[in-house]
Amino acid sequence: MATSSADYRLSFPHMGNYHIPMCTLSSMLDCEIMVAPKMTRRTLELGVRHSPEFVCIPFKYNLGNFIETLDAGANLLVQAGGGCRFGFYAEVQEEILRSLGYEFDMIRLVGDFDLRKYYQDLRRINPKLSFRGALHHYRLAARQTRALDAVEDFMRKRSGFEAEPGSFDAVHERFLRELGPTPSIAEAAALEERTLAELAALPVEMPVDALRVGVVGELYVLMEPFSNFFVERELAKRGVEVHRFVTVSDMLSHAGPKGSAHLRELIEDAGPYLKYHVGAHGTESVAMTRRLMQAGFDGVLHLKPFGCMPEVNAMAALQRLSRDNTFPVLFFSYDGQTSETGVRTRLEAFCDMLRMRKRAGVSAATNMEVPA
Amino acid sequence: MGFLGVDVGSISTKAAVIDDAGEVVARSYLWTEGDPLAAVKRVLAEVEPQAKAAGEDVVAVGVTGSARELIGAALEAQVVKNEITAHAMGTLSRHPGVHTIFEIGGQDSKIIIVRDGVPVDYAMNTLCAAGTGSFLSAQARRLNVPVEDFGDYALRSTKPTKIAGRCTVFAESDLVHKAQIGHPQEDLIAGLCQAIVMNYLNNVGKGKEVRAPIVFQGGVSKNVGVVKAFADITGEEIVVDDDGHLMGAIGVALLAREGEGRAEFEFSAHDVEFDTRGFECGGCPNDCEVVTLSRAGEFLDGWGNRCERGIERAKADISDA
Repeated sequence: MATSSADYRLSFPHMGNYHIPMCTLSSMLDCEIMVAPKMTRRTLELGVRHSPEFVCIPFKYNLGNFIETLDAGANLLVQAGGGCRFGFYAEVQEEILRSLGYEFDMIRLVGDFDLRKYYQDLRRINPKLSFRGALHHYRLAARQTRALDAVEDFMRKRSGFEAEPGSFDAVHERFLRELGPTPSIAEAAALEERTLAELAALPVEMPVDALRVGVVGELYVLMEPFSNFFVERELAKRGVEVHRFVTVSDMLSHAGPKGSAHLRELIEDAGPYLKYHVGAHGTESVAMTRRLMQAGFDGVLHLKPFGCMPEVNAMAALQRLSRDNTFPVLFFSYDGQTSETGVRTRLEAFCDMLRMRKRAGVSAATNMEVPA
Repeated sequence: MGFLGVDVGSISTKAAVIDDAGEVVARSYLWTEGDPLAAVKRVLAEVEPQAKAAGEDVVAVGVTGSARELIGAALEAQVVKNEITAHAMGTLSRHPGVHTIFEIGGQDSKIIIVRDGVPVDYAMNTLCAAGTGSFLSAQARRLNVPVEDFGDYALRSTKPTKIAGRCTVFAESDLVHKAQIGHPQEDLIAGLCQAIVMNYLNNVGKGKEVRAPIVFQGGVSKNVGVVKAFADITGEEIVVDDDGHLMGAIGVALLAREGEGRAEFEFSAHDVEFDTRGFECGGCPNDCEVVTLSRAGEFLDGWGNRCERGIERAKADISDA
């Protein structure tokens, strides 16, 4: 087992492109950082083989990432947790990995968001870490995360209309390469600004009545495209402007004591469809769908891992909202057996239907809401 | 001018030729039997003389159903469309006033909500095939009753047995148990039809506003027992079109007519051997399962790859063979 920070090789599970700011954040520990091997079907197979059958799919992907990265030489794993079953991930995964014979150390960022408490945990790995140093890394990583989210938000809204195939991806890929090395908050901000300007300058062929679809649901399947079979990209390819609100920046902006006021606001926006918080992002799914409906969006896609309790709670409210207002909501539930073809068929039919509605001038009947 | 629509489902393969006015001039319905390419050859052989007799030359082809990519490539179709859209278009052409479309096929089931002639909402069953045609066929075999006679048995029952329809595994053990304690066969079958309808309304139809007129289609709509159960449980009249099993084929033929692509379709040119190959790419740990379609060693199309490498390696695999 490692005794000084220099002996540690730190790694963490994948989620979208967040490994870039995660590397910046982890560099405060002054140890080697290993990005887990790219997500493939093998990752999922490993995760499924060693996970409890009924656990939700993000657990299996995370475990698969851990196994692949441990095999590649990592010996210090980071896992977060909270909100739902996610709160137990770190502990259960550690047990499973140890029973498989792996030797490693684990940093668990579980429970209430508390920078000081995290700092104490991290000093265990790097005793020389100062609070100021930790804060600097956190702030820079948070700024890089914001840049990443801003750029990818723009990609979702516009890339489906690119006049030259691949032009958005080219800018995006270069941005990803340049983001990690940005040494300061100012430079991360400048890179964001520059990239957004570049993307905005790319030629697009955008019809005036382009479809607008919101994507809501559970955070992991929303933010890890591999796990949702790249639905956002598939939607964009069909000429849809895709809007998503759950991002790490969004979560950080509501972390800590500000969270409860945010929740009250969401419950209010959910209107007659929710009276209480339903856990994790469930409340947000309902509130966001109602906001999007009122803003004249064409439809909403709801994604969740099979058996995700908070989102199952949200679904009942969403189904009622959809029926009361004839507002289209398409539900996808992911687990290890979900067929990619099935998802594509349903997505294609959904876009066809939205287009037919639009052509015929059908819109959600927002005046038909049931009383509270 | 004629427009050919082919609907290649998991259990059955359907073809229809429509004329300029959208009237069906040729139709065919056969079992897929696990070989979609062979099934398509057989339906084409059936519709060709009918279309010729009606004097319609096929100028555009549309393909739908779960084998649409494969068959679309083999027939060089102008339109390849998902079965939900195809069914909606087909039904709307026959029943413009429809408000709800129930559709139960071999492996899937769906509901389409229509208002003022526009599909406004839909849902499709997810992972599980509970309450679809394949489940009915399996139970028919267990009870040793031809599935075609299922409906007549069900109609003879006055006291349908209660069967748990939530899941096929539960339904089957419930059915076995109820049979062993002496429930008569017609009551069991009627109970099964009701269980399918309850399962459908609670899962696929969950949260949807089921408003008449209701059109019921797909292979299972040929079962009068299920039609009666739908009528009893919804309290509404259930319309079953004589061509209900062909709606996907008709719909995609209509889409081909609406589209711009035109190419004279030679039936005989498609009576050749196609070759399909499954192949694990191995280019990276994702190991995509790539399927390729070729004709006389010439690569036509491939699926299942996540990146270009998959197709390149698949092409090499064909030329090696």
